[in-house]
Amino acid sequence: MKIKQISIFLENRKGRLYDVCSLLGKNDINIRALNVAETESFGILRIVVNKPDVAIKVFKDADIVAKITDVIAIEVDDRPGGLADILKVLADEDVNIEYMYGFVEKSSDRALMVFRFDDVDKAAAILKKHNIRIVTEQSVREL
Amino acid sequence: MDIRYWNKDVETADVQKIRHLQLQRLKSIIASALKTPFYSRRLPSVGINSPDDIKTLDDLRRIPFTMKDDLRQNYPKGLLSVDTSEVVRIHTSSGTTGIPTVIYLSAKDLDAATDIMARSITATGAGRTDILQNMMSYGLFTGGLCMHYGAERVGLMVIPAAGGNTKRQVSLMNDFRTTVLHITPSYLLHIHSKLAEYGVKVGDLALKKAFIGAEPHSEGTRRKIEELFKIDAYNSYGLSEMNGPGVAFECVYKNDLHLWEDAYIVEIINPKTGQLVPDGQEGEVVLTNLIRHAMPLMRYRTRDLAFLHIEPCKCGRTHRRLSRILGRSDDMLIINGVNMFPSQIEEVVMKIPEVGNNYQICVEKDGALDRLIVKVELYSKMFLGEAKQIDNLKSKIGEELKASITIKPAIELHEPGSLPAFEGKAVRVVDTRPKL
Ligand SMILES: [Zn+2]
Repeated sequence: MKIKQISIFLENRKGRLYDVCSLLGKNDINIRALNVAETESFGILRIVVNKPDVAIKVFKDADIVAKITDVIAIEVDDRPGGLADILKVLADEDVNIEYMYGFVEKSSDRALMVFRFDDVDKAAAILKKHNIRIVTEQSVREL
Repeated sequence: MDIRYWNKDVETADVQKIRHLQLQRLKSIIASALKTPFYSRRLPSVGINSPDDIKTLDDLRRIPFTMKDDLRQNYPKGLLSVDTSEVVRIHTSSGTTGIPTVIYLSAKDLDAATDIMARSITATGAGRTDILQNMMSYGLFTGGLCMHYGAERVGLMVIPAAGGNTKRQVSLMNDFRTTVLHITPSYLLHIHSKLAEYGVKVGDLALKKAFIGAEPHSEGTRRKIEELFKIDAYNSYGLSEMNGPGVAFECVYKNDLHLWEDAYIVEIINPKTGQLVPDGQEGEVVLTNLIRHAMPLMRYRTRDLAFLHIEPCKCGRTHRRLSRILGRSDDMLIINGVNMFPSQIEEVVMKIPEVGNNYQICVEKDGALDRLIVKVELYSKMFLGEAKQIDNLKSKIGEELKASITIKPAIELHEPGSLPAFEGKAVRVVDTRPKL
């Protein structure tokens, strides 16, 4: 149901994002989804990868500040209004979205989106009730 | 040159007379000191049990130096010589590690301090017809109130503006035709940079003089201020422990600061050896307060570096002149006139669990003002993965520092290992302000 996202604290230093991405590449870890929240003095890189447990260890060994947080990946119909339909359900049910971003790849005719909710379990239950397809950890690994 | 005296007899007294007055006052201070818990232990340990044990001024050197740390360790009442019912005022200043230091003034002490302040103001040529805008902070800090009392005694019209709110300051100057400012040099330069924005020209104002102090500054800074505002700027020296501003002040010749020797005994020492340096040589200023009995303070190490002029001044005053402050013999930082120690910042940031091992304190010029940046490392185990947490942490560090050092620095969070490590000779303070 929930999938693992890795949040990485990055100070605003040239080449820092490259360092992190190349470290993943060297360790044969694929990035499935990626988002950077930037402020004036620091950034938070959020990634979903095929091997989160390996990735977190690699970061730890490299003294990179990283933390696993739970997110939900949702399949969104790739048609006009597809995302809006889902957002309406969440708004009607009073579920608060902290942030969301898209996957790098698509699965067939559906777009994959990562959602971070303040209450992940409540959100998952509501999505299920409305038959909205949630991507499993297993399928993220196999993408 | 318009030379005015507040108390001509004392200000122009010959050296013998001043030394004689110093000796009499020192004996009297010893009597008060022996009533304090601190000096009643310290003075007998060097064979001083009564004022009569002081025969000449040279006997002063038998007394060990009093350090800021002594004040801290004896906070709050260890140096108090009288019952608090005799005290009419206290002032405190921040200490090196959070414990403040305090001074106490009896009605008589306050009167004497006010008189010295009045003398300083008069030496610059300011008088009854002047309008003083006092832009130093009022409250626990001595800068605002002590100047206020002195100026009232001379009869100036005082605008107790205190610090901050630049736009209102300029309006006050304009509306009340302010002629004299009491201000830090960096703030005065900052005000100049804002005038155009407020649609005010220097020529619209009635300024004639500025008393600049509370932070060391160069002759170049003074000249810049004088040229920008078309005024005379007078250097002012003082410290909370010695009653605040007015320990030494420039006269109309603006050729360094007359140190009022009937009120203070000044010694210039080598900060490493504690020995007196030859006249005219730079060293640490050590002061003995001769006009405060509620809280005597003798041979106090100011940590300010300066030298004494030997040549007499054209104004006729016989009190020797202290050079402008050339630096510090400790690591105290002066940021926009506010004193602080790196150890105070360390104590605050190292107590915060989300902060990792290393920190760095950076001071730079941002226009005319100083800018303080505290850089800390994030402790990786405490990271929760959200930007919100980092923002909250930054404001929390800022607030806690403000509670300790009274100003809020900019906070930067860094990744672990990116700041110089604690071990070895890590550079904790990076001060890129131009040297004096
Ligand atoms: Zn003079």
